[in-house]
Amino acid sequence: MSEKLLMKGNEALGEAAIQAGCRLYFAYPITPQSELPEYLAKRMPQVGGVFLQAESEVAAINMVYGAAGAGARVMTSSSSPGISLKQEGLSYIAGAELPCVVVNMSRGGPGLGSIQPSQSDYFQATKGGGHGDYRLLVLAPASVQEVVDLTILAFDLADKYRNPVMIMGDGLLGQMMEPVAFPAEEKRELPPKPWATTGWKKDRPKNIINSLELQPERLEMHNRRLQEKYARAAAEEVRWEGYRTDDAAIVVAAFGTVARIARSAVDAAREKGIKAGLFRPITLWPYPSAALAELADTAQAFLSVEMNCGQMVEDVRLAVNGKRPVYFYGRSGGIVPTPEEVLAEIEKAVNGRCEA
Amino acid sequence: MKVVFTRPQSLADVNTHYCPGCTHGIIHRLVAEAIDELGVAERTIGVAPVGCSVLAYNYFNVDFQEAAHGRAPAVATGIKRALPDRIVFTYQGDGDLASIGTAEIVHAANRGESITVIYVNNAIYGMTGGQMAPTTLEGQKTTTSPNGRDVNTVGYPIRVAEMLSTLVAPQYIARVAVNSPANIQKAKRAIKKAFEVQLNNNGFALVEVLSTCPTNWGLAPEKALKWLEENMIPYYPLGEFKVPKEVE
Repeated sequence: MSEKLLMKGNEALGEAAIQAGCRLYFAYPITPQSELPEYLAKRMPQVGGVFLQAESEVAAINMVYGAAGAGARVMTSSSSPGISLKQEGLSYIAGAELPCVVVNMSRGGPGLGSIQPSQSDYFQATKGGGHGDYRLLVLAPASVQEVVDLTILAFDLADKYRNPVMIMGDGLLGQMMEPVAFPAEEKRELPPKPWATTGWKKDRPKNIINSLELQPERLEMHNRRLQEKYARAAAEEVRWEGYRTDDAAIVVAAFGTVARIARSAVDAAREKGIKAGLFRPITLWPYPSAALAELADTAQAFLSVEMNCGQMVEDVRLAVNGKRPVYFYGRSGGIVPTPEEVLAEIEKAVNGRCEA
Repeated sequence: MKVVFTRPQSLADVNTHYCPGCTHGIIHRLVAEAIDELGVAERTIGVAPVGCSVLAYNYFNVDFQEAAHGRAPAVATGIKRALPDRIVFTYQGDGDLASIGTAEIVHAANRGESITVIYVNNAIYGMTGGQMAPTTLEGQKTTTSPNGRDVNTVGYPIRVAEMLSTLVAPQYIARVAVNSPANIQKAKRAIKKAFEVQLNNNGFALVEVLSTCPTNWGLAPEKALKWLEENMIPYYPLGEFKVPKEVE
């Protein structure tokens, strides 16, 4: 590992992408992630890479499609309204099974919303967003160091599954500065991509990158194959972190930025003698449902804390499956809850006074 | 006996789905001939549009990517930036390029993206069943302009070649037609030149090809060719609008 550097989340993400072997990056500016295109506008040429500011988010994601199809490690980034514009491309990329990394440093919505941090794109990220039956792998870092680690992982997962991988952060994570270490510089061996359209040498069948299948039976077969792939990812790629959950009577579920606040609230609750713990999904899809279901054997109640009006709580409920009460606390509009607020919700849940 | 006319190697030996009398087949052949003559098949990557030529990837013997409606120039940009020494071309209709994809074509042209665009203009939406296109002529009847295109409510047909010629970066922009043997020869020369511009690293090239749609125009193939000549060419004049200062 390198010595620690003090970096903004957005910039650290850009550097991590370069270290992961990403040499093409297409983006359109939007607050609160613009430091990322600004950083890569400077860095990409230094490493022989390409930074291109697209005319729109729609164009950017389609440039990603082209470059990914040509076998490159490629990334785009945006924030909520821009990610909405990329949904068309994401559906095509998932349909054509191309690997790429898409960053969402999300902000408040719906519509133009605000430029403050929010987690209200959870549904869009984990349940679709574009048309058709497809899934993204979604990684949710909670620190700038994790931004670096998960960005590198994201490129590897994208290649492994030939699927878009989303890094789901928020404006706070993109903007905050923390010390980070990068993995020791090494020549990264990138996987071969014999399916890529790199020019037909006639020693293989011509490669076609496509998501069109006009025969219903063949399209259904394609969809079945995709679902098998997603099932494989769901079995192999689940990541989460448990904090003081072993003996927890109340488990707070939270991801990303708000998980750090929830962690402080858990510590404060413990000081008050409340057996609280934190369950932090690192993969939002695949969701760590089995681990949560296991906790439902021991914990008495769950509290989902989110910076939205209640989105991940649906996945918590699915996992807990009626075994225990699941409460929700959320702030929206770009408001980040305080540890005191979360502690108060933990106490309410423990006293069973919370609405289910 | 000496063989004087064969299928270009870059054109796959398969049946196409095009309607009788449609000129996509001719234009496909011209593109394939250009690729063959320049000897670049092994490093050419095509980008297919949405629309009648959506299946173009089945008809050319080169690597191909299929793009979303209108996005072919952005997809081609991604390919070209990833593989700068390859020859990248898009094949797009007027619904694709001049309507839903206007932003993508204008900005790819404005960046001087080193790609070749074959833009097929038949003044109507073909694949979706004959609706009005941005290129539909004034007064022309389509399923969504049943009384003829009214320019007072939907604007005038867009002259793409002229519009893009106002930009600084594009190197080669021409309009051709495939309604007669003489025009087909001219179209062939323009298409080949558009690939040569890219080959010599000269940047963006676009050839607008006036084409027929006998099915949706409701005309027999021969009458469609005559309609093209009498109605389209006067509004969409043929010629080279931009030529590179020096073609190596």
